[in-house]
Amino acid sequence: MMAGAERTRTRTRAEEALARNFAALASDDAVHEMRSQAFDAFMEKGLPHRRVEDWKYTDLRALMSDAPPPASPASPQAAEEALARADVFAGIDRARIVFVNGQFLPALSDLKGLEEDVEFASFGRFLAGGGALLVATDQADEAEAPVLALNGAFVTDGAVLRIREGAKLARPLEIVTVYAGAEPGLQTLRHQVSVGDGAEAVILQSYVGPDDVAYHTNAVTDVRIGKGAKVKWVKAQEEGNKAVHLGLDLPRVDADAVFDPFLFAAGSAVARAEIRLIFDGEGASAGIRGATIARGRQHLDTTLIVDHAVPECTSQEFFKAAIDDEAKGVFQGRINVWRDAQKTEGKMMSQALLLSESAEFDNKPELEIFADDVVCGHGATCGQIDEEMLFFMRSRGVPMEEAERLLVHAFLAEAIEEIADEDVIEALEARTRRWLSLASEVR
Amino acid sequence: MLEIDNLHAKVAEDDTEILRGLSLKVGPGEVHAIMGPNGSGKSTLSYILAGKEDYDVTDGSITYKGEDLLEMEPDERAAAGVFLAFQYPIEIPGVGTMTFLKTAMNAQRRARGEPELTTPDFMRQVRELAGALNITPDMLKRPLNVGFSGGEKKRNEILQMALLAPSLCVMDETDSGLDIDALRIVADGVNRMRSPERSIIVITHYQRLLEYIVPDHVHVMSRGRIVKSGGRELALELEENGYAEYVEAA
Ligand SMILES: Nc1ncnc2c1ncn2[C@@H]1O[C@H](COP(=O)(O)OP(=O)(O)OP(=O)(O)O)[C@@H](O)[C@H]1O
Ligand SMILES: [Mg+2]
Repeated sequence: MMAGAERTRTRTRAEEALARNFAALASDDAVHEMRSQAFDAFMEKGLPHRRVEDWKYTDLRALMSDAPPPASPASPQAAEEALARADVFAGIDRARIVFVNGQFLPALSDLKGLEEDVEFASFGRFLAGGGALLVATDQADEAEAPVLALNGAFVTDGAVLRIREGAKLARPLEIVTVYAGAEPGLQTLRHQVSVGDGAEAVILQSYVGPDDVAYHTNAVTDVRIGKGAKVKWVKAQEEGNKAVHLGLDLPRVDADAVFDPFLFAAGSAVARAEIRLIFDGEGASAGIRGATIARGRQHLDTTLIVDHAVPECTSQEFFKAAIDDEAKGVFQGRINVWRDAQKTEGKMMSQALLLSESAEFDNKPELEIFADDVVCGHGATCGQIDEEMLFFMRSRGVPMEEAERLLVHAFLAEAIEEIADEDVIEALEARTRRWLSLASEVR
Repeated sequence: MLEIDNLHAKVAEDDTEILRGLSLKVGPGEVHAIMGPNGSGKSTLSYILAGKEDYDVTDGSITYKGEDLLEMEPDERAAAGVFLAFQYPIEIPGVGTMTFLKTAMNAQRRARGEPELTTPDFMRQVRELAGALNITPDMLKRPLNVGFSGGEKKRNEILQMALLAPSLCVMDETDSGLDIDALRIVADGVNRMRSPERSIIVITHYQRLLEYIVPDHVHVMSRGRIVKSGGRELALELEENGYAEYVEAA
């Protein structure tokens, strides 16, 4: 009996579970055909591991011990209760599109005031209608992007959003992803967001769920930013402490647009937040920033690929991570400046604060430059809390731990404060203080 | 209040002894001035009182209100009433001045088993004291000492001292970097704090400060010990003759 390529290695427990879960989805509609292609593409290589360059520091074969079946829908009451935890942006008057256990819940959503400017449909509707909307993206393909492949195989819903040309959204729009229930399950979402030329919007994404439930979230977001549009995009990953979160955002930014994503990460046992950004038109800019707090045995990975394919675009990447206990943080950032991308400006900085002897951080910023007239730079630091500052605070009576936490907050706030939106800054700083158990700010 | 006996201390990483048998007694309500040439160990003494870990005490003892001060953590010392106004107050970016002040006050109160201050009570106290020290609301809005001038940093130290109301104030060259008006403002602030229950140690190079904050005792420190003690006239004499005689003696 000869083994196919497939069988030259033994599958991990999680891969076995994925195969079982996928087999259970069997159906003969057109959507399933596409799911199968995606799943086959995934199984070809299986879970990524440390010998795959992009996953060198986040070995999913080792980190993902199991794969739960697709989540069952939550009861309306359970959904509502779980949603109460999604209060990351509570202080901001915002519209909301809510997904619980991978299902859009219209009753909990609210798009008031945005009807004129935003067209919304749930991706689930397209899937149910057999509509083949699992559009391939050219920013990633299933053969090399396991998160995308798994997304294609298991997707149940998502937001299909279009913001009209020239619209100025009256309030921020939040896409909420909540896990409800005590049983582990998988929620898989695919969002497609397209922001029209000249539109202005603040788009928030929050991910929350219960502690002690080993649920998984897989979320892929296609984003189109039209010419001259201005968009702030803030993702807060506050999943439960046993969760696995795999996120892949695929923004394309057209000429003269300003696109500023921020990645806040504090939840999950294992998480990867990946952004692959492509500049599509000249004169665009992106400020890509983030703050990570990892503790216990958390493994939190931020991966960026920024492609400067056209001239005169600017990207600034600024990431901060505070890693405590036995947690591990990863930052991989790559800026590619292709041959035609003259007059590119790219500046990448990643700073980590290690708060314990066994905390670990892999910090890997890279530049690949094929154009000759560019201004690019990158830096990375890994440091400890400043002893002088610590002593100063302690000499005023602040106990060691609290002084440390104040300094961690100050460190992370430097990235948060780069977001050009006071309300969002306030929300994320309050959140940071909450994760660090600090009292609220006095102004 | 404070009794330092035959204190020997060195830098933790090497063997250079900085304090070499220093003894000093400070009673409640007293103001002591310590003067001495650069490098004689004045700041080191103040750091050791506050509990900085860069130094090892190799011999001698420090007793504060009957307790072994050296056994206490820096924050415990602060809660017990020890305060050091730093010679070079550092900037702490990202930590708001007001947030820091309230955190420190409430941490001390918690440590002493007292109820925490409410925000309005806290604000009222800060406003009162800041006004008297010519510290503007704008300065209080900034991160701790960030962008403060040298003199503003020193005034901010005195604000913290006034808010925390310690029993033992150690002021390390608080006067250096202050203009004439600020010197008077700071001195007035310190004088308002003089009380029979509070002791003050001022480290200074200049007799001028001692015209405003009149000390009960003046000590000369040289090469890690107190080599001469006297009344306030000793400061005048030092201004006249310098330290040569004491450096030799040490
Ligand atoms: N952490 C340290 N490492 C090495 N040497 C130190 C350290 N701290 C103090 N010293 C040395 O100890 C001596 C005393 O320093 P200290 O700062 O206490 O002097 P000082 O009396 O305050 O001087 P000044 O009047 O200039 O402020 C100096 O020679 C200084 O270089
Ligand atoms: Mg000194």
